[in-house]
Amino acid sequence: MLITTLLWCFWEYFQTGLFAVGGGLATIPFLEDMAGRHPDWFTLEELRNFVAVSESTPGPIGINIATYAGYKIAGPLGSVVCVFALVLPAFLIMVIVAKMLQKFKNSSLVNNAFYGIRPATTALILSAVLSTFTEVLIDMDAVSSIGSLFTAVEVRNVILFAVILAASLIFKKLHPIVFIAAGAAAGVIFAL
Amino acid sequence: MNMYLQLFLAYMKVGAVTFGGGYAMLPILKRELVDRRGWVTEADLIDCYAIGQCTPGVIAVNAATLIGHQKKGVLGAVCATVGVVFVPVLIIMSIATVLQKFSENVYVQHALAGMSVAIAAIIAVTVVKLIKKTCIDIPTTIIGLTVLALSVVFDLPTVLMVISAAIAGVVISNIKARKKGGNK
Repeated sequence: MLITTLLWCFWEYFQTGLFAVGGGLATIPFLEDMAGRHPDWFTLEELRNFVAVSESTPGPIGINIATYAGYKIAGPLGSVVCVFALVLPAFLIMVIVAKMLQKFKNSSLVNNAFYGIRPATTALILSAVLSTFTEVLIDMDAVSSIGSLFTAVEVRNVILFAVILAASLIFKKLHPIVFIAAGAAAGVIFAL
Repeated sequence: MNMYLQLFLAYMKVGAVTFGGGYAMLPILKRELVDRRGWVTEADLIDCYAIGQCTPGVIAVNAATLIGHQKKGVLGAVCATVGVVFVPVLIIMSIATVLQKFSENVYVQHALAGMSVAIAAIIAVTVVKLIKKTCIDIPTTIIGLTVLALSVVFDLPTVLMVISAAIAGVVISNIKARKKGGNK
């Protein structure tokens, strides 16, 4: 029975890995469908928990959700199968892309395309980061009107943000991990 | 040290200390792979992210596969990919049964809140550097601003925007080349 479940997991997660474009969070709609097809695996409620909890341990979110969901379905073996199946299609595609890139590395067409893609990527990263900024610095639950925007600013977070920003500009040699650890410590000390 | 082992270990470290999505990994990747080891250039890293976000799969893992392949072929890609997921998978597997309690613990929540502020700050620095490196002239600046506006306001699919930017890049480069040719 375990083998059948694992094979199902592999198949479901392989499809997710093949079709979910745009990072770990893009896998969530696929998992919602999965919960519908396999009610004995996990419920939508549990899925929401996987997502929330996956941010509290290190690693890419998509991988963490898959590990947790796999564990719920079939224990440690389930985790390994789900993560493997999620990564496999992307891995194969990336290897093909990498080989093509190597081949056309010196083609002016590829270089010209990347001339346009690079600023677009920066913009996409910036747009993702901007939404993180608002989440971190403003208490969105407290925003009911434009007027309340000022009071909804998380003052302690803004101060911590400014301090770490300044510190990382001054102590350029320090590893980013140091600042993240400092953030964690400040979070505990000031009960953010 | 063996390059395969180095790839695995470097990515294991990156995977173990990154909280949140692929973008939170960027400052750490830049430090570990660009500044410290000199394995790839910053432009390479951005190109990998560009490809990683418009292909299926988890962005951070895709970027790891690409960089691993660039350094040491298919086996290098395996080492980097396994490395980046290794610690996260082990951690969750070992504490899965108590993970719910762990994440609801008040100190863990405070620590995570502080960490997300710190990550936002160090990403801010990285993004500013990225802007300087990628928006190098008027056309690239216009492409960047247009994509930013489109993604913030309309939330268009990433793939669509990346492909359009690629086409714009090719068209602009050709116009530039023609102008240069015309001046001769």
